[in-house]
Amino acid sequence: MDKVDHAVPLLEVRGVTKAFAGVRALKSVDLSIEAGEVHCILGQNGAGKSTLIKLLAGVYTPDDGEIIWRGEPITITNPVAALDLGIATMYQELDVVDGLSVAENIFLGHEIANAGFINRRKAFKLARDLLRRLGHGDLSPNREVGSLSAANKQIVSMARALSRDTRLIIMDEPSAVLDSEEVKNLFRVVRELTAAGIAVVYISHRLEEIRQIGDRISVIKDGRSTASGLSVTETPTGELIRLMTGRELENVFPPAPPVPVDSPEVLTVTGLTVRGLFENVNFAVRAGEVVGLAGLVGSGRSEILEAVYGALKPSAGTVAIAGVALKPGSVRDAVNHDMGLSPEERKSQGLLLEEPVYRNVTLSTFARFARFSFLNERAERSAARTQIEALELRPADPDRPAGTLSGGNQQKILLARWLVHGTRVLLLDEPTRGVDVGARAEIYALIRKLSAAGTAIVIVSSEIEEVLGLADRVLIIAEGRVLATVAASDIDEHGVLETVMEGSAA
Amino acid sequence: MSEQTIVPSAEPTAPVMGPAPTQEEDGRGWFSRLLSSGFGRNLGLVIALGVLFAIGAVTAGDRFTNIENVLTIIRFASIIGVLSIGMTFVIIGGGIDLSVGSVMGLGSVVATLSVVQTLAGQNLWIIMVVAAIAVGTIAGIINGIVISYGNVVAFMATLAMLVGARGLAEILSNRTTQIVRSQSLIEFFRANLLGVPVLIWIFVIVAVLGWILLNRTTFGRRTVAIGGNREAARLAGLKVKRHTVYVYALSGLTAGIASVMIVGRTTAGTSTHGTLYELDAIAAVVVGGTLLIGGRGTIVGTVFGVLIFATLTNIFTQNNLNTSVQALAKGVIIVLAVLLQQRFAARTRRG
Repeated sequence: MDKVDHAVPLLEVRGVTKAFAGVRALKSVDLSIEAGEVHCILGQNGAGKSTLIKLLAGVYTPDDGEIIWRGEPITITNPVAALDLGIATMYQELDVVDGLSVAENIFLGHEIANAGFINRRKAFKLARDLLRRLGHGDLSPNREVGSLSAANKQIVSMARALSRDTRLIIMDEPSAVLDSEEVKNLFRVVRELTAAGIAVVYISHRLEEIRQIGDRISVIKDGRSTASGLSVTETPTGELIRLMTGRELENVFPPAPPVPVDSPEVLTVTGLTVRGLFENVNFAVRAGEVVGLAGLVGSGRSEILEAVYGALKPSAGTVAIAGVALKPGSVRDAVNHDMGLSPEERKSQGLLLEEPVYRNVTLSTFARFARFSFLNERAERSAARTQIEALELRPADPDRPAGTLSGGNQQKILLARWLVHGTRVLLLDEPTRGVDVGARAEIYALIRKLSAAGTAIVIVSSEIEEVLGLADRVLIIAEGRVLATVAASDIDEHGVLETVMEGSAA
Repeated sequence: MSEQTIVPSAEPTAPVMGPAPTQEEDGRGWFSRLLSSGFGRNLGLVIALGVLFAIGAVTAGDRFTNIENVLTIIRFASIIGVLSIGMTFVIIGGGIDLSVGSVMGLGSVVATLSVVQTLAGQNLWIIMVVAAIAVGTIAGIINGIVISYGNVVAFMATLAMLVGARGLAEILSNRTTQIVRSQSLIEFFRANLLGVPVLIWIFVIVAVLGWILLNRTTFGRRTVAIGGNREAARLAGLKVKRHTVYVYALSGLTAGIASVMIVGRTTAGTSTHGTLYELDAIAAVVVGGTLLIGGRGTIVGTVFGVLIFATLTNIFTQNNLNTSVQALAKGVIIVLAVLLQQRFAARTRRG
């Protein structure tokens, strides 16, 4: 190592600004990162986190302000320049090539080669060393990356970062696609990196994770730094939320009123099975009740939801709404019986990103507004506007393309869609993934109001706390089997995990 | 079940919002609003067509700039134009139809088969029209079923239809050119209505109906939704598979109409009619601004795309340049147009 000066931070960002087409995404951001620390960046969606990352990764160049790397002002003109400096970025949507092997991915862009011929043996060996260093010596460098889980893809992405002389790794919501076991491993790897003097910029919406892994926190709100380098251990959560949202936030989960005893059973699932995914699932949901499916990623919880909805054809079993059996494997029939699904992947399964908000809201109802097949866009827009106002969608513009809204507001579009349709059963798969803290509370409140109005709700989330906070009853699932059904008030996160572990071992 | 509404909570968590801001208030200038409007999206095409007209006027003078020639251009454009309207729906719906040209040839052969012509006689030539349109629609339905329910990639399914339909046309016609015997059919397609040739009227009517279908009906909305995000459309409860069949049937229908038009124009049916027309149609649709991946496109853009190519051909013909030069220029224009479209799409998306 050349000149090591601990008085000089590894990376400093001073008063950086960036505008797109006249809109200022970053107004003034300051950041100071020390070697060997985990520096967390907090901010709501749209606060400017992604723009900041892309400035550091060389995707964009700042309009104004300074970036100082190891004491010297620099301009990062392109992504390769950032890598050459020693700044590696792990994007949320992992940038691995599915068709290439693990080793090929790790050395993508700086192949181990002689005169253009790849030295496969050396690449294999180096890749193996890197994977061992990350605690994944079991991952074969010859495996095709497309066949790996999200967690392992992330390891590949991290190995790629380490394959260069990296001093700073930026991780954009690395835990979003991981279950709690995998998050633990991620943290172990992060600790090893920092022990070796590498700095990690860690971006996450999950405060509890930041508490576990972070050293210092910087907060961005509306493109401006509201706090820089706060100590993780000494800053209370309330303070962080106030810095992010500009308002106080208490009682994240609104209290659940008890479900009336005489409330009728609306959704009945009997013996539902999809061979190879899950078996013999039975449950019922009464009007006004919220039932949660808790389990790890890959336990089959999303698949159960999809099969209930008819998006996945069951090999056995029935789904009935108010006693009427639905045609198996027919989404159409489910929708006609007032069942709605808010899917796991909002962008790829839920929205027409280029189409205006109102057409997304009326996607399942536009035919209802039409007369003799002629659309009535005025009525559609007005119905959408009613929901946009009721759900406090921001911006409240029905004509804006859905893809330009933040995650939380996109989630609201999906809820609005089913509100316009009118649902007796609403299935919510990961309703708060990628949604910031402020918008989360709003979505929780909406779910409460819907259930209070008599909608039967089934919710799936990888955050067990969320399932427990919202649901009246919880089905604990592991490896495609329902292990237990318990009242949410009778169990805590620890208890759920314990059940899952024991059930899996059995 | 009726509509539900969530009443905003009594304790305001955010400043109470008035009515949603209108376009004027959201801070964008009138120019960017103009550009992102329907008119703006086609502005580039209007300019391109204008430039072509200027070039035509300069290089060919009066031979180019007279109403007769303009009608010739549109008349030339009308057959590809009708195909392109159907193709616009297919491409917006996220598919592709390579078979339209050869289905057109098959339609022309079936319409002019001896049996059909005998049945039609001199005056009942509508039977020939119905036969051609039926052939086109059936071919489209077959495409749709193979793609939708057989899960065959649209490119391959319609490529198979391209080859197969041409072969069937050759078998049926015994590779001969079948002359139209009905004089009244020939007269009908030669006629002018209000000074405008019948072929152009057909194109205009198909284009207007296509515009209404795409922009004003549930059919159009479903097509855009399925092309924009097939999975989202499915999970919202749309009948994606069935609708996909309808879209290919529509494309087959326009191919059937186009085959009637070419029979009328050439007074004959032959298996070679419509050869490579599918590529001209796809080029016109894409140059007209429809995204090849689906989800977005306009009929007006397609009409411009068709007119641009027809005008180009006319200018070359007027200047006695050979077809090879035309083909070269066409290739260049397709690439330039798509490059411009992408630039523009990127800008409006960010704006």
